[in-house]
Amino acid sequence: MMKTNEKMIINGKRLDGRKPDELREIKMEVGVIPNANGSARVSFGKTIAIAAVYGPRKLFPRHKQESETGIVQYNYDMATFSVDERKRPGPSRREIEISKVSRLALEPTLFLKNFPKTTIDVFIEIIQADGSTRVTAINAASLALADAGVPMRDLVVGLSGGMIDGVPIVDLCGKEDNYCDADIPIAFLPNKNEITLLQMDGRLTPKETKAIVRNVLHVGKEIYKKQVEALKKKYSE
Amino acid sequence: MEEKNDKKIRDIVIPGELIGSNKTFKAGYGTYIEKDKIFSKFVGILQKKDDYVSVISLSGVYIPQRNDKIIGVIEEVQKFGWIVNINSAWDGFLSTSEGIEDYVDVKKVNMKKYFEVGDIIYTQVEDHKTGDVQLTMRTQIARKLKGGFLIKITPSKVPRLIGKEGSMVNLIKEKTGTIIRVGQNGLVWVFGENVNKAIKAIKMIEQKSHIYGLTDEISKLLS
Repeated sequence: MMKTNEKMIINGKRLDGRKPDELREIKMEVGVIPNANGSARVSFGKTIAIAAVYGPRKLFPRHKQESETGIVQYNYDMATFSVDERKRPGPSRREIEISKVSRLALEPTLFLKNFPKTTIDVFIEIIQADGSTRVTAINAASLALADAGVPMRDLVVGLSGGMIDGVPIVDLCGKEDNYCDADIPIAFLPNKNEITLLQMDGRLTPKETKAIVRNVLHVGKEIYKKQVEALKKKYSE
Repeated sequence: MEEKNDKKIRDIVIPGELIGSNKTFKAGYGTYIEKDKIFSKFVGILQKKDDYVSVISLSGVYIPQRNDKIIGVIEEVQKFGWIVNINSAWDGFLSTSEGIEDYVDVKKVNMKKYFEVGDIIYTQVEDHKTGDVQLTMRTQIARKLKGGFLIKITPSKVPRLIGKEGSMVNLIKEKTGTIIRVGQNGLVWVFGENVNKAIKAIKMIEQKSHIYGLTDEISKLLS
């Protein structure tokens, strides 16, 4: 873990002037890609993710088809210009891993058994990265799936939590992500109280972990409200 | 319906939203039951009729159901039937016995005589089991559609395009003098001289399907 001498929390305020349990500015918009079945753009501060959903549609190559259930193909991709130093194009080890865990975060909410031999394709493009990209992507994917009319049990809310000098924080920005003691990205189903994604980077005691998870689940309800608002806004004009 | 007219937008629910208890309501299409409670599956319009609740999705691909009247395009001619693109996640299959009336010896007769690749047919779903969609032409409504234009709309908006007892589609037919066939899978076939005007009206219905008083707006557009 990288260390810095800079103080991350001064007088109860974080680097960008936020309180420990305050979110960055959140923008959500649904239906941004006309050719997709469903799409969404979500931004948490400077992090921007665009999601497109196609399907359920026929799955090729045929050997990937499951005769009893449909599958999800989740593709997380960071644009070359999304980070400070140009990222090499093409899927890296990190992107493949994030694609897998995000897919597992979404699968429990879908009725895949109703769509045998098909696929639901989710494409994520991160066009600006400033921490918490995987949870921003999950929020965008959740909205895009709902917009695509895919049957869902619940929306999926993603939010990252972390710990700086013993204080639990939420929604980490890029710098906090790099220098904090630990960070935990979480995705959950707000109406069911089920956690579908939980990863950790860093060192924490069980007590601290519980504090962060509880904090994230609590603040995550705000994001859920924003998602509902964004979905209803599309049809209110 | 009368009292609701002052409200311009219908009640919209989102996935996972609680609709009611399983004890007081019957769960219909677009809902699911978990722990004796009914939740919505879609972003859609909530409909309550007596004790029956259902959610009509506002978007999504076509899911075949028995006895749906749909429009398909022949994609492949096979030995014992035809594979039909039905604008869904699965392909439809029209077998020889369901496709044509007269008896044919498949060894001797060229199947292209009846339906060729690219032909448009108005057909009905005979059965649908886990990704295997059987079609039939052995109904009165089924026929081959010749000429005309084929356009795509969101399948969930088809009931709106048809209207109450066909009021909306009949309005367009009358005002533009075209022949229109609407498939429940979201494919619409338009034939006649005033095709462009009819297509414009259909596209408008698709965009504004969630508003009340749409029939008046369409008749204004066409007059």
